[in-house]
Amino acid sequence: MRSKNRAPLGLSLAAIGAILFLHIPLLLIGLYAFTTEDAAFTFPPPGLTVKWFAEAMQRTDLWSALSLSLKVAAFSTALSLLLGLLAAFAVHHGKFIGKEAITFLVILPIALPGIVTGIALRSALKIMGLDFSFWTIVLGHVTFCIVTVYNNVIARLRRTGFSIVEASMDLGADTFQTFRHVILPTIASALLAGGMLAFSLSFDEVIVTTFTAGQQATLPIWILAQLSRPRDRPVTNVVALFVILITTVPILLAYQLTKQDEV
Amino acid sequence: MEEKLIAVRFLKVEKHFGEVAAVNGVDLEIFDGEFFTMLGPSGSGKTTCLRMIAGFEQPTSGRIELYGKDVTGLPPYDRPVHTVFQDYALFPHMSVGENIGYSLMIRRKTGAEISRRVNDMLELVRLPGLAKRKPSQLSGGQRQRVALGRALIDQPKVLLLDEPLGALDLKLRQQMQIELKNIQQRVGITFIYVTHDQEEALTMSDRLAVFNQGCVEQVGAPADIYECPATIFTAGFVGTSNVISGALAEKITGKVQTLTVRPEKIEIRDPQAVTSGSEYYADGVIRDSIYLGMYTRYTIVLDQTGELTVVEQNLGMPRKVQPAPGMRVRAVWEHSSTRTVEAGR
Amino acid sequence: MAVAAAAPNPRPASAARKLSRYFHGHPRFSIFLLLSLPLLWLGMVYFGSVGALILQSFFHYDGFSGKVINQFTLENYGELFSPSNVDIVIRTTAMAAAVTLASIVIAFPLAYFSVRYASGRLKALLYLAVILPLWSSYIVRVYSWKLILAKEGIISWFLAHLGLTGLLDKVLQLPAIGGPSLSMSMLGMWMVFIYIWLPYMILPIHSSLERLPKSVLEASADLGARPGQTFRRVTLPLVLPGVVAGSIFTFSLTLGDFIIPGTIGNSSLFIGQAVLRYQGTAGNIPLAAAITVVPMAVMAVYLLVARNLGAFDAL
Repeated sequence: MRSKNRAPLGLSLAAIGAILFLHIPLLLIGLYAFTTEDAAFTFPPPGLTVKWFAEAMQRTDLWSALSLSLKVAAFSTALSLLLGLLAAFAVHHGKFIGKEAITFLVILPIALPGIVTGIALRSALKIMGLDFSFWTIVLGHVTFCIVTVYNNVIARLRRTGFSIVEASMDLGADTFQTFRHVILPTIASALLAGGMLAFSLSFDEVIVTTFTAGQQATLPIWILAQLSRPRDRPVTNVVALFVILITTVPILLAYQLTKQDEV
Repeated sequence: MEEKLIAVRFLKVEKHFGEVAAVNGVDLEIFDGEFFTMLGPSGSGKTTCLRMIAGFEQPTSGRIELYGKDVTGLPPYDRPVHTVFQDYALFPHMSVGENIGYSLMIRRKTGAEISRRVNDMLELVRLPGLAKRKPSQLSGGQRQRVALGRALIDQPKVLLLDEPLGALDLKLRQQMQIELKNIQQRVGITFIYVTHDQEEALTMSDRLAVFNQGCVEQVGAPADIYECPATIFTAGFVGTSNVISGALAEKITGKVQTLTVRPEKIEIRDPQAVTSGSEYYADGVIRDSIYLGMYTRYTIVLDQTGELTVVEQNLGMPRKVQPAPGMRVRAVWEHSSTRTVEAGR
Repeated sequence: MAVAAAAPNPRPASAARKLSRYFHGHPRFSIFLLLSLPLLWLGMVYFGSVGALILQSFFHYDGFSGKVINQFTLENYGELFSPSNVDIVIRTTAMAAAVTLASIVIAFPLAYFSVRYASGRLKALLYLAVILPLWSSYIVRVYSWKLILAKEGIISWFLAHLGLTGLLDKVLQLPAIGGPSLSMSMLGMWMVFIYIWLPYMILPIHSSLERLPKSVLEASADLGARPGQTFRRVTLPLVLPGVVAGSIFTFSLTLGDFIIPGTIGNSSLFIGQAVLRYQGTAGNIPLAAAITVVPMAVMAVYLLVARNLGAFDAL
């Protein structure tokens, strides 16, 4: 649909404006992480320093929040990879009615507002008399992380089609050999991308986590608590910057791995 | 007479997809070592039959035997049969050499043996030295040969080919037809070939089966099928044919029957021409003439209702009058050129 | 004499191969096996809890003992119509609508520019520029606006430089959209909501525009339509599914959010906060559940309308 003309000036400005609108806030966090000032949001910043980074590293509550976030993300990613792969496989290769229903079910957790998922899981846990624990957090995360793996893998499976699987079996490889030699290599990068997005999603998540975490704090929950503590602003800025960086890398990598799947 | 070994046998095979009967009662015998083609328009069931031999589909009823053994229910990897797919289905993440050697790798042959046999196969399919390339770096014709080599390397008893030349342009296709035929004769295994191109079928096959709407209309050698079509469908699908029936047939031959006659067997003579007792004739006016290089095709509108298509080679010989549109002519052909057909389906 | 087909694998079949043959012979069961784990998880865990939640909305909550009694009642839904609750629903819905409209206005030019005028590299860059914030941490993005909207933050600085501080104060005094300060006002909330959900609006619109074949626009011009007419009569209707798809997200996500109203808002409650309050301190899960059903129901209707308009194809 591309035309060779130049875009009208108003349109270009509007587009640039939208992009700036999307990115300036995050850039500002980067800036504020270095500000010398205590209140840490005055603009322009009076000076630049790295002392807040040092202070952040001393905080034990930060370290435990970070380690919890990483552990939760790791386990959620692993489980989502397994479940997403199984579901994508079944839907692509199986011959049954109700495939649309499965896709709907997989997407639903991420389509409905987090509060619905959060409250539903919390009250279900209460009914069953289960305590909040590490696993309850993972439980919540996996439910909406499955979709990233599922979508990526299914898109890749659709792109590669059925004939190479048939060809492999035709040449003497059974189901397991075909999976190992043909299917896995072709979906590997999609699987990886899905996993990275799942990791990102889990690491960042706050809404459902507030409902399923009980007393524990993941990093986003720690930040949430900080929102009402103006004194800790500088350290919070550092943490925020750190979270941005940690999630940017997997997103960029996932994009690289799957851009061939975009039609 | 020596009894031929039967490689593949279909016994009353049917395949239904829901309500649709893709294959509707097929009985077939394919002999060991022959180049057998399944010819028909799309949707005629030929590809489904091929896939049932390979094991990708199971018959709804009936039986398929490979060398006397009932293979119903056997998965594709347990059958001594390999397929060359229409889209080649080369593994994109493997090199040409790894693709070709795949079946040997699955069978756990040693690296040295695989290497040796892959190189031999590359020679056979005329792609020497391309072992390290990736499929994406090859042309269509080259990929086709890799697919062929991959399927042949572990010496299956039967090779199935599903319209493998469809994606190639005309000249390349004609060249590959000859190559495939040569390879088949060198290797000596049974080739079962599926195509909708009747010229291809006539060129390559030892025998062929004409499929229509899930059934086999006729089986035989190319010349037999072309010269003696058994049904209207076969007559019209393999080459072109004139179909004469009803009142017109009665007027021309004196009998009520349906008959076909090939366009090249008809001669155009002037309206008053004398015809011998061994010839049939019909009078009419030429509606159009189309020059096609090697021959010219005429459509004659007959005085009785009906049309005849006549094809004459452009031999450049002098004639009294060149047939042209609007001219009144008499179409004449030998009795022996006429074939009676059943109405068919 | 017929020669039996040579066994393709003279070695005895391994366990894996035998299992593989079993799967081949039993396709239905194999699929069931594959699906069982994910379905168990999603079906039981997710659907189960949501179902349990909806069920609980019909139970009775005893305010004195603080217990939930399994007695069927519609009183919770009745509560929804109390004036304060109706207020909450209206307020939240109005905000959702305002956010949706503003998002469309900002998203459309960017999407249009990217599809129509951006070269391959630029388009890829723009796409990345949109998905990065999309996948970025929600809480960090909300936090960044807390800093931006603060009294000494960048917006105040900007307005001060333009001499518009007085204007800001006047606006903050307006009843519906104002508040004690920008970082505690409806206006502020509105801006943050737009910022957070914008990528969800951009992507479906972009996708819809991409699917528009250039030949259709050329045909319109060929038949005599001026650019404005082509835009109104051809482009807009064909892009509508994408716009609707994007608005599903902005609407739904605004309806359920409690963090932004909590940190940027003033004291007036939104649906999400009401739910939190009822289920948290009071333990009144039935009422909380009933309120949650409101955004769910709104979304269900919305999704149905959107599907009929073809929005699902744009997702």
